[in-house]
Amino acid sequence: MTQTTTQTVSAPAEHIEYVMRLGDNALILGQRLSEWCGHAPVIEEDLALANMALDLVGQARLLLTHAGKLEGKGRDEDQLAFLRVERDYRNITMMEVPNEDFGRTTVRNVLYSAFQILLWQRLATSSDTELAAIAAKSLKEARYHFNHSAEWVIRLGDGTEVSHAKTQAALDYLWPYTAELFAANPTDEAVSAAGIGPAWGELEADWEAMLLPVFAQATLVVPARTPFKTFGKFGRHSEHMGHLLATMQYMQRTYPGAQW
Amino acid sequence: MLTEAQAWTLLDGVPDPEVPAVSVVELGIIRELHCADDTVTVVVTPTYSGCPATEVIGLAIRDTLLEAGAGRVELQTRLDPAWTSDWIGEAAREKLRAYGIVPPSGKAAVGGAQPIHFVKKTLTCPRCGSNDTERLSEFGSTACKATYRCKHCLEPFEYFKPI
Ligand SMILES: [Zn+2]
Repeated sequence: MTQTTTQTVSAPAEHIEYVMRLGDNALILGQRLSEWCGHAPVIEEDLALANMALDLVGQARLLLTHAGKLEGKGRDEDQLAFLRVERDYRNITMMEVPNEDFGRTTVRNVLYSAFQILLWQRLATSSDTELAAIAAKSLKEARYHFNHSAEWVIRLGDGTEVSHAKTQAALDYLWPYTAELFAANPTDEAVSAAGIGPAWGELEADWEAMLLPVFAQATLVVPARTPFKTFGKFGRHSEHMGHLLATMQYMQRTYPGAQW
Repeated sequence: MLTEAQAWTLLDGVPDPEVPAVSVVELGIIRELHCADDTVTVVVTPTYSGCPATEVIGLAIRDTLLEAGAGRVELQTRLDPAWTSDWIGEAAREKLRAYGIVPPSGKAAVGGAQPIHFVKKTLTCPRCGSNDTERLSEFGSTACKATYRCKHCLEPFEYFKPI
């Protein structure tokens, strides 16, 4: 379906960066979740993970299309999704780390969907009306993702010895990566000052308040913060990103300009 | 040239590709329709961000109107306000039930905090009418549905998610 596009003058770099970051988070997590298709432990979860991937890829399409318009250089969603180089992707590092197992996948989903709920709530009143519309839509989807993942985290954490150990290991592994969500940076400051959206750091207290009861009920121990830092937001990714992109970009790189 | 009333009637004959029991009009995704000269402009609000049916629906709308004599069809996507299952009309809800899909409960648009602990929502089996049912998954064969099963007649069924 085509949307009427008007070429606009380029928006401030921070505004583009902020939207691109959201688009890339959705795209890369959507790509990771889609790897589960046909491999989940039970068919209901296969459907659930594929559906969540679909929601995220759909959000990525809207966000990257919007970022492309803000940029005003004529790049569409496909060019942005499939034809950038690794350093130009703005997703946080946590999105790209491998799925590992159902436990890690589920814990990552709960960590990020809780953040999404808080962020989309705030962005629903953004001065960027297109972003506000995307936020209102995505918020409904994020609530489903959070409820579903939180139920699973409780079931796994408070489950068998094995499921508990795997889920605790997943939380231990992922928790340090969440620091990147809230770290202060010039993009957030500029966007917040312009009334476009919150600096992500503003959401940290509410995010913890949403998650700590879930982890407590799941009998999981939240690790202490460490000096560990990641910088995917700034295009400095982990060793996993190149492999993910090689898979995701394969078709467009092999058949440039291919259309459905 | 088509009149707007004719165009609405035509679109009411276009089934949703994933839930063919209801039309795209009954689903509430056609927000506006205008006829000017020989052009029909249709404003569509997608159900889910990633719903793969959205593009198929666009094609079906275009084909239907062109075949009926429209000179040109212009499709516009509108995100705001976001689609809600509350826009599905009463008659369409009964069609869904008859088709074997429990229609969404109303006032989905009321957001806010939702309980996360193993929500036990009692649904009535669309096949046998029993309330002895259980949820298998919050997600189903398409983005818009959840999966349930009836413990009385032992048949699985789907629930159109309120969103
Ligand atoms: Zn039954």
